Amino acid sequence: MKTINIRINGEAVSRPVDDRLSLADFVRDHCLLMGTHVGCEQGVCGACTLMMDDKPVRSCITLAVAADGSDIRTVEGYGDDPLMREIRRAFNRRHALQCGFCTPGMLATAYDVLSRIADLDRDRIRSELGGNFCRCTGYLPIIQAIEDVHAQRGRSASKSVIQAAE
Amino acid sequence: MKPAEFSYTRAVTLSDALGSFASSTLGRVIAGGQSLGPMLNLRLAEPRELIDVSRLVELRHTRIEGDRLAIGACVTHAEIEDGKIPDVTVGLMPFVASGIAYRAVRNRGTIGGSIAHADPAADWLTTTIALDASLLLSGAAGQREVRVSDFVRGALDTAIGEGEIITYVLVPRLSSAACWGHAKYAKKPGDFAQSMAVAVVDPERRGARIVLGQRAEPPRLMCNTSELLAARGCAPPPPDLGAAIEADLTDAQIEVGDRSMHRAIVARAVQDLAA
Repeated sequence: MKTINIRINGEAVSRPVDDRLSLADFVRDHCLLMGTHVGCEQGVCGACTLMMDDKPVRSCITLAVAADGSDIRTVEGYGDDPLMREIRRAFNRRHALQCGFCTPGMLATAYDVLSRIADLDRDRIRSELGGNFCRCTGYLPIIQAIEDVHAQRGRSASKSVIQAAE
Repeated sequence: MKPAEFSYTRAVTLSDALGSFASSTLGRVIAGGQSLGPMLNLRLAEPRELIDVSRLVELRHTRIEGDRLAIGACVTHAEIEDGKIPDVTVGLMPFVASGIAYRAVRNRGTIGGSIAHADPAADWLTTTIALDASLLLSGAAGQREVRVSDFVRGALDTAIGEGEIITYVLVPRLSSAACWGHAKYAKKPGDFAQSMAVAVVDPERRGARIVLGQRAEPPRLMCNTSELLAARGCAPPPPDLGAAIEADLTDAQIEVGDRSMHRAIVARAVQDLAA
């Protein structure tokens, strides 16, 4: 057992854990944040993806002890973050989920893709989603949701440039 | 699917890590854990001790050393992709990094860890052998340098010694006249390659190295193809390219069914040189 100190969704958590406990199980079983889903447990399906120090990571193949001192954000922790609000709305509008199992990982990946990559097109979105499996939607609605948010953000950015020029 | 029990230690200094590794029984070094993590969960690896080196400042450094770039073993794929460290390969390493698994894996996976794991289908082995890179290994007895091509002995099998840790990946600087080509076939983006090839041609320095990576055996230096291209520099491929590739693939080690795939991938990497 080792005691780890982590910030989860802005809250400091200090707790003794087994050395072999995964970050995913820590988040779910110790912090009772069930939004992080555990699928393949070998880093392939993407369902357990969450933000660690603002970067998406696989929580099923990250040890809780290795995350000591880090800042974790799970799907429960976005509050009224403006980008995540837009992503959620677009997922809703496009029916980008059915059973919802992959959705927390999809949202984390979408958040990362939209904030990291400026020149997004459909091919790039498809390849970026290669690490997140969805067995319901056939992916198209998810891709369209991300495209929608990207287009919307492009419009509002160019609008503010025009306003600034005026 | 949970790992067998082990005790975990986070090393504070490199000598601390080498000390605990040398005195451990059935211990393993872990960095980003993107290869070892799945193996622990599947219980394909059951170490008694894990020594985490991922936050060692010594292994996160990158510096120019004469004609080479010394990349700290714990630099992540994402850091190489994003240009957070200098590039001496005319863009080859950032390009390769961007195609490793998925961003969430690249954020934690390290170059040293990937090479130490030595999955023959993984991107860094084939790439660093094409670049004729070496590794600096540190152990209780001191340091030694070994070429990546000599380090890899087979699938998941390396020449690493008892108690040794990869500390740096030493990449020779390509001249500005150099060009590279890359081709990879995987069943989906981010999957391990069924076949991949990296071609590096540097007319001013070390000639040409064309390397084929695949699942069954360590990356293979395509000798005939490399020789043919060394004579031509970065010019478009010669008509006898096919024969040279064929000559490099005619042995019992490669299954007949895979041969045409490898032929096409190597040819594509060579064509990519001129692109």
